[in-house]
Amino acid sequence: MNLVDFLFLVFATLAVGGGVLMIFSRHPVSAAMFMIVSMVSVAGLFVLLESFFLAILQVLVYAGAVMVLFLFIIMLLDVGPEGAKSSKVKLLSGLAGVVCFGILMVLSLILVLDSGPACSSCSVWPSLDEKNLVLGESLVFSTSVKSFGFGLFSKYMLPIQVAGFLLLAAMVGVIILSKKYVGEQNPS
Amino acid sequence: MESITPQYFLILAFLLFGVGFLGVIIRRNLLIVLMSLELMLNGVNIALVTFSRVGLNLDGSLFVFFIMTVAAAEVAVGLALLVALYKKRKSIFSEDATLLHN
Repeated sequence: MNLVDFLFLVFATLAVGGGVLMIFSRHPVSAAMFMIVSMVSVAGLFVLLESFFLAILQVLVYAGAVMVLFLFIIMLLDVGPEGAKSSKVKLLSGLAGVVCFGILMVLSLILVLDSGPACSSCSVWPSLDEKNLVLGESLVFSTSVKSFGFGLFSKYMLPIQVAGFLLLAAMVGVIILSKKYVGEQNPS
Repeated sequence: MESITPQYFLILAFLLFGVGFLGVIIRRNLLIVLMSLELMLNGVNIALVTFSRVGLNLDGSLFVFFIMTVAAAEVAVGLALLVALYKKRKSIFSEDATLLHN
């Protein structure tokens, strides 16, 4: 067992374990902490897949921005642990969730393990070619940030502008949603 | 990387997606439902990066970039809606949002 396998096992266990503990923790703050574990492990998996830029983005965006937002909202709302309510609904939704999870897992295992002769290259890692940014019509996978910038500002020029506009729209939407209007009645 | 094949990463991606889906189904605290949505998006991201790495094509990685952008916007709007719901109903449990119930 070499180092990469060991790291994959560690990060995979932490990612899935953090996720499972997150969805079963009663208090939202501990759920947020387990989510940080899961997100940082996913960043580690991105490093194993040689996408270093995406790993940095994952830590910055999820473990940084999104998680701070979640913790801030938890602080603002002052929510406590979830109380036990209506065991019938709980049983029904738990049953539905477990059945859906089982079907999803079986289908995914069939899909992944039975890939057939069409995917003979699916079980090996091709070596990287760092010389070209573009090969024919497609952009070549590379570890450098330069290739990301090249792709974003050539082939994906319109989507990145739409993404920027989406962020602006989200910002305006959040401001309007959380604004207190003058003369608003006290909701009670 | 010899013994860890891309299939392991795909199985992990499906597992993360499934765990997030389970969280969306069984939890009633809307904050944790939003966190589970993030977990599902992360599973999809791992699958996309794996395909991008195996196919030596950068398009998958660029899609992950856009998914992260959309996820950040989605979390911001979702949490603002949650605060608005809390102001109205004094609760963030999904069974208390019953305006359209009957």
